Amino acid sequence: MRLTVSFREADFIKRLERAIKESVERLEKVIRIMEFCGGHTHAILKHGIDQLLEGYVRFVHGPGCPVCVLPMQRVDLALELASQERVILCTYGDVLRVPGSNRKSLLDLRAEGKDVRMLYSCLDTIKIAQENPTKEVVFFAIGFETTTPQTAVLIKKAKEMGIRNLSVVSNHVITPAAIQHILNAPEVRDYGKVEIDAFIGPGHVSVIIGTKPYEYFAEEFLKPVVISGFEPLDVMQAVYMIVRQISEKKALVENQYARAVSREGNLKAQRLVADVFELRKEFEWRGLGIIPYSSLKINSRFADFDAERRFSISLPRPKEHPACICGKVIRGVAQPKDCKLFASVCTPSNPIGSCMVSSEGACNAYYKYRWQG
Amino acid sequence: MCLAVPSKVVEIREDNTAVVETFGAKRLVSLELLQDEVALGDWVLVHVGFAIQKLEEDYALESLKLFEQILEEEDEAYS
Repeated sequence: MRLTVSFREADFIKRLERAIKESVERLEKVIRIMEFCGGHTHAILKHGIDQLLEGYVRFVHGPGCPVCVLPMQRVDLALELASQERVILCTYGDVLRVPGSNRKSLLDLRAEGKDVRMLYSCLDTIKIAQENPTKEVVFFAIGFETTTPQTAVLIKKAKEMGIRNLSVVSNHVITPAAIQHILNAPEVRDYGKVEIDAFIGPGHVSVIIGTKPYEYFAEEFLKPVVISGFEPLDVMQAVYMIVRQISEKKALVENQYARAVSREGNLKAQRLVADVFELRKEFEWRGLGIIPYSSLKINSRFADFDAERRFSISLPRPKEHPACICGKVIRGVAQPKDCKLFASVCTPSNPIGSCMVSSEGACNAYYKYRWQG
Repeated sequence: MCLAVPSKVVEIREDNTAVVETFGAKRLVSLELLQDEVALGDWVLVHVGFAIQKLEEDYALESLKLFEQILEEEDEAYS
């Protein structure tokens, strides 16, 4: 379904382009916009919106790619769990290809005969657990707020059904915590500092959490936030709304994606998440470092389903590839082409860093849409 | 990973699931995260096997109309 009037689209985009450029000219400075979500990064590069607005708007690619921000230590944890006797490790597609400290990925372990499975829906793990009563099924859960409620449904169901051989590793992370961290703009050693005038807020995360959580950023840090859909016209509208706010010296939360996002969000999903999860004191993000209260763990009522309690695993310090600059790319202080490995050693079919693995990663997007080797 | 896909509801089942059609492919999704009732022919956003939100087509058209108005005003102001 196209939720836009397509026959007017090209004309509309041209008019928005002109309006954006005229406003930016009057402001006499390039507007730096962070698009938080990797889905937007892809839309911007795929449709050449960054090139269309070059010299007027600079897009700073944000950390909204769950696979990209997953620290190596967690990847190593998935690999260690998958290596254990009797474990069937289940996860979403992108995670399978991320290399850990020893350069191996879950796909490599599967090729070696370990039982690693890719999920479409996390509820499929229930069936896998029922069909394999002598095995331990572990769901390695990953994702922002868009993906967390599904994990909550799974855990509640597993408890109701009394399934004993199923547990979950929660790597669910929280968008507002990451935005706050970026806005506080601490210099992160090795990664540097990034300057941003406004945000394009994530579309599908906001379907769940609503637009309300961003109001604090607009008010407290005086940065406009515009929640956007993923069509090129959506992104152009969002940029226009941002530029207009800056011209009028406003800093508000606006919702370009009203066909899917409300101020309150999906309250049913929020309640389910609150029922099953609680905040972790801190969690490490690749590229952003340790961020307090930025991820969720399974609460004590559902402790039996927490794989981190069921399998106590301690791992050596992770080893990053010395030349990989994923951290800087995620932070927005480096571009993929600044990396020595980009498109030479590191490609989508042989990814070294997480930003090349995920279809939402900035390196993957540049490789797909910009690299002409 | 956070890209949800607009899909059309083509069959509703009793166990709080529905068959939806996405780009011509049919698949079964859970309706457990939806706040609103859905009917055949409704559009929903689907993410990792769950419908997460009903889509409001009217809104899209409304917002587009609003934009057209604003741009027309700007065109007049700067032409």
